[in-house]
Amino acid sequence: MERKDLTATPLFWQLASFALFFGLWELAGRWPISFAFPPFSKTLVALLGMIADGSLLKAYQSTLQPLIIGIVLCSIIGIGFGVGMGLSRAVEWLSLPIFIVLQAAPMAAIIPLITYMYGIGITAKVLAVVVLAAPVIVMNSYKGIRNTSPSLIQMCRAFLGTKRQEVVKIILPHAAALIFAGLRLGLAMGFIGIVIAELLITPTGIGDLITYNSSVADYPKMFAAIASIVLFAALTIQALERLERKLFPPEMRGFEDVG
Amino acid sequence: MSADSIVEVKEVGKTYEGGVEALADVNVALPSGRLSTLLGPSGCGKTTLLKIIAGLIPPSRGEIWVKGKKVAGPGPERAFVFQDFALLPWGNVLRNVGFGLELRGLPKEEREQIARKHIAEVGLKSFEASYPHQLSGGMRQRVGLARALAVDADIILMDEPFSSVDEQTRRKFQEELLDLLKNRKKTVVFVTHSIEEAAYLSDQIVLLSARPGTVSKIIQPNIDREGRSPDEIRRDKNYLDAVDEIWQILKHYI
Repeated sequence: MERKDLTATPLFWQLASFALFFGLWELAGRWPISFAFPPFSKTLVALLGMIADGSLLKAYQSTLQPLIIGIVLCSIIGIGFGVGMGLSRAVEWLSLPIFIVLQAAPMAAIIPLITYMYGIGITAKVLAVVVLAAPVIVMNSYKGIRNTSPSLIQMCRAFLGTKRQEVVKIILPHAAALIFAGLRLGLAMGFIGIVIAELLITPTGIGDLITYNSSVADYPKMFAAIASIVLFAALTIQALERLERKLFPPEMRGFEDVG
Repeated sequence: MSADSIVEVKEVGKTYEGGVEALADVNVALPSGRLSTLLGPSGCGKTTLLKIIAGLIPPSRGEIWVKGKKVAGPGPERAFVFQDFALLPWGNVLRNVGFGLELRGLPKEEREQIARKHIAEVGLKSFEASYPHQLSGGMRQRVGLARALAVDADIILMDEPFSSVDEQTRRKFQEELLDLLKNRKKTVVFVTHSIEEAAYLSDQIVLLSARPGTVSKIIQPNIDREGRSPDEIRRDKNYLDAVDEIWQILKHYI
């Protein structure tokens, strides 16, 4: 241990980066920039308090429910749509323009409209997640299918593969990595969707913690809620990214060109 | 056309969408059990012709007959070796070699047994579990060749199979290919742009003209390969004459 140069390990610098960030936060909070900006230490205490009294766990349960329902819906319908678009010209021409617009549009602007149409219940929140997550999931599935190497498809045909075998044995395995990446990006969008929905539609879960504590001027708790959802989303996405690299190592995805 | 020809190309023409005419009026018969080469300047449509014979590209005009039947698509009597290998990046050597059999619905054990035999034949024994990205270009093409041999087709269509392999590997590969074919009754149709490769390997060389490709000349080098080393073949008078004859014709197209 004593011989090892700590500065040579990535972990050291990662920890240093966190220490620097939290240190600056602490300083900025103590300065203070604003009364509504608590230092890191108070926020941390508030976070631990909310974990201890169970309010954070309860908030997550109600936040994650529409998020998970929304993402599952997107996975089934979105991947189905994307794959359909990739395989059939008719479906592609019919729906590609819609999804290109949807992907570029600031979808958060639609959320008030969803409230107007579907009220303030869980349906509206699920829809908010779907509306944000679906375009990237569909587009990634579509691109994954469309990017299949023409040479592999020709090979499959030359060795008498049926159209079904072509899809099951060549196209889908080839697209799997991009489809999975789409789900990961979709989940990231879903986090945005659910937080906006909880802030704009009805305050529940994390959105409620943020709005309520802001209204009673308990800023450390409000910041703790914000920090916890940021951290939670970041860790989840990071974990999915690792899983993705493990499941689909780049050299087996078939994007490398041989020769 | 002679009775022992297994592939007959009759007045085949190909015009691609957009009006590029790749082939015009190609007539040629390929003898059974022999190695025929399609050779010509780049862009003469030799790969297109091979893929038309394979049934992968439909001709715009004319017909292909294989074993007395008109070609309407790929068939079990033809196997293809691709220029870019076309291996499944997510499949190991065993899966790739057995892939043609897998598509035909052979049970796993049976196809793996056949695949192992052909893996050994092309000199890749002990690489069964390797993935394409772990193999060199030459080894990848051996996998491609083993896959074509595994489906036991009468005709093997090879599209510039050695073009992405370095010169030394290429020579060794050519020698091994002749060895592999010696004791089988396979018909091979081989596309190449290398004059030496064509002369060294072929029983019959079909010279195509520049685009739109059409048969310019058919050369039968008549090299006696029986019991002779590769170096002796490369010094054979018939081999050298064939190389010279091809060059005299091809240089007009360049």
